[in-house]
Amino acid sequence: MGATPDPHAPGDDPSRRDFIHIAAGAAAVGAVGALAWPLVDQMNPAGDTLALASIEFDLGKVEPGQQVVVKWRGKPLFVRNRTPEQIAAAVKDDHAQLRDPATDESRHKPGKAEWLILIGTCTHLGCVPTVGGGDYGGWFCPCHGSHYDTSGRIRKGPAPKNLVVPDYVFLSDTKIKVG
Amino acid sequence: MSGHSTYEPKTGIERWLDTRLPIVRFAYDTALSFPTPKNLNYWWTFGGILALMLGIQLVTGIVLAMHYVPHVDYAFASVERIMRDVNYGWLIRYMHANGASMFFLAVYLHIIRNLYYGSYKAPREVLWILGCLIYLAMMATAFIGYVLPWGQMSFHGAVVITNLFGALPIIGGPITTWLWGGFAVDNPTLNRFFSLHYLLPFVIAGLVVLHIWALHVPGNNNPTGVNVKSEKDTVPFHPYYTVKDGFAIAVFLLLYASFVFYNPNVLGHADNYIPANPLVTPAHIVPEWYFLPFYAILRAVPDKLGGVLLMFGAIATLFILPWLDTSKVRSMRYRPQAKLYFWIFVLAALVLGYCGGQLPDDPVIAQPSGLLLLDADINSFVWLSRVATLYYFAYFWIILPVLGLTEKPLPVPESISEPVLSHPATTPAGATASPEKRG
Repeated sequence: MGATPDPHAPGDDPSRRDFIHIAAGAAAVGAVGALAWPLVDQMNPAGDTLALASIEFDLGKVEPGQQVVVKWRGKPLFVRNRTPEQIAAAVKDDHAQLRDPATDESRHKPGKAEWLILIGTCTHLGCVPTVGGGDYGGWFCPCHGSHYDTSGRIRKGPAPKNLVVPDYVFLSDTKIKVG
Repeated sequence: MSGHSTYEPKTGIERWLDTRLPIVRFAYDTALSFPTPKNLNYWWTFGGILALMLGIQLVTGIVLAMHYVPHVDYAFASVERIMRDVNYGWLIRYMHANGASMFFLAVYLHIIRNLYYGSYKAPREVLWILGCLIYLAMMATAFIGYVLPWGQMSFHGAVVITNLFGALPIIGGPITTWLWGGFAVDNPTLNRFFSLHYLLPFVIAGLVVLHIWALHVPGNNNPTGVNVKSEKDTVPFHPYYTVKDGFAIAVFLLLYASFVFYNPNVLGHADNYIPANPLVTPAHIVPEWYFLPFYAILRAVPDKLGGVLLMFGAIATLFILPWLDTSKVRSMRYRPQAKLYFWIFVLAALVLGYCGGQLPDDPVIAQPSGLLLLDADINSFVWLSRVATLYYFAYFWIILPVLGLTEKPLPVPESISEPVLSHPATTPAGATASPEKRG
């Protein structure tokens, strides 16, 4: 003994050992990650939740000036039959200072200005606004005081966005399909 | 543990066990002989009260879980069944619901004690941070637990709180969907909340063990804030503080029992006895009283993300408090200026709590002033909330850091025993400094 250790002796090569350590560590991290992901992802919507069907709604039941609330994907859906005055009020404010600018025309189907279809959850923290309330005659959210106008646009209060218009189509003059 | 063990196994079985698992020695050193400053006042009894409340919540909760059904169609009815049909179900549920309030009352007094006597300062920073984590876990547990009865307040409270995460840019939407397990608060949400509500108290229990461990390394702080200098400054935990804590617990239980038996619903909301309806939000939605100060901070900001960040910031600030307070003097007994700001802070916290329960645009006194400042009348709860919020943050981020450098503290006693012994009225002839050796 006393000689310089052979750097190429099996199991003694530092670069070889580093490689084994790093490879083993990486494999362990990868395995833990691969096992963790199912545990995280199981909380996302399940297949049956995702498979929620679209709904059809008969508008004939809604009188002018009235709002009907339907449940869609667990959330309330506002179906409002607007009066000419309410439409005029909304159009008049198209160029007012809006937090989330949108014209009234962009929020209903062409030629169907009386029908406003909205997801009925406040864009602040998800409460259900009450119809006809607030400073603009649209909706008022009781939770934190957001005011929406008759086009469902945010006008005052903490909410950042207009009430959301969902994807929907007119199947006939009096029937819509949402989703 | 500080100091060496004084435990002496007396029987053969104890000696046999002590060499294999010294659990009796551990219990003796931790709970009986532990040297404790002899000047602790009643503000130091809330630790014991909190441990008891955690125990009560665990036992009543495990029992309630034997009867509760975590499903949107049955949850409300199963809670009503507990109230009407299950033997003593009404008592167990009222103990659990009011127990949560009592738990928070005790933890707030415990925190206030810390702030006043500077218990969070070196070398107790880790102890303090563990306490903050316990508080955070308590808030999560209480919020989730309030959702389980699936009443109107349960449901819409869950909607509002989970939507807070939606304020985060980009990841906000996916995170809320992930939390809900769907596109709205629904059955998957209720199911996972039940699972987590069962889990979190045991997480709290684990944190409590660490909290007590971290307490027993430096030992207790005390009303003078002066370090223990010798054994003369201490008494063994038992019987001195077991008796003192026991008395405080008895008084606290009187208050608890007065709620459970005489006014069990006064701290709740009538709306929560209406089954959850996703299509109608109650006109006046407020959280439980112990969340009101943070709710007021959330509503004080006219911006969604800003409000959420400030609300979480109010809690995050607590975690770094040991490094914000620059004063070397722990106890506010010897900090005349800090003491003043401290009591204003307590007032601001109470004002925030009051504002959180009111409608933001309502006037604070009499009629609205008609003077509009930015978006609201200056005589409104939203402006009062803003002033109090400003003070809340200023206290931690400006006042405490600056005051530590500018304030001239009063002379601090040499030791815990000194102020007592030098006071003529409390030193009758023949009295000596070692009460633990007498009687």
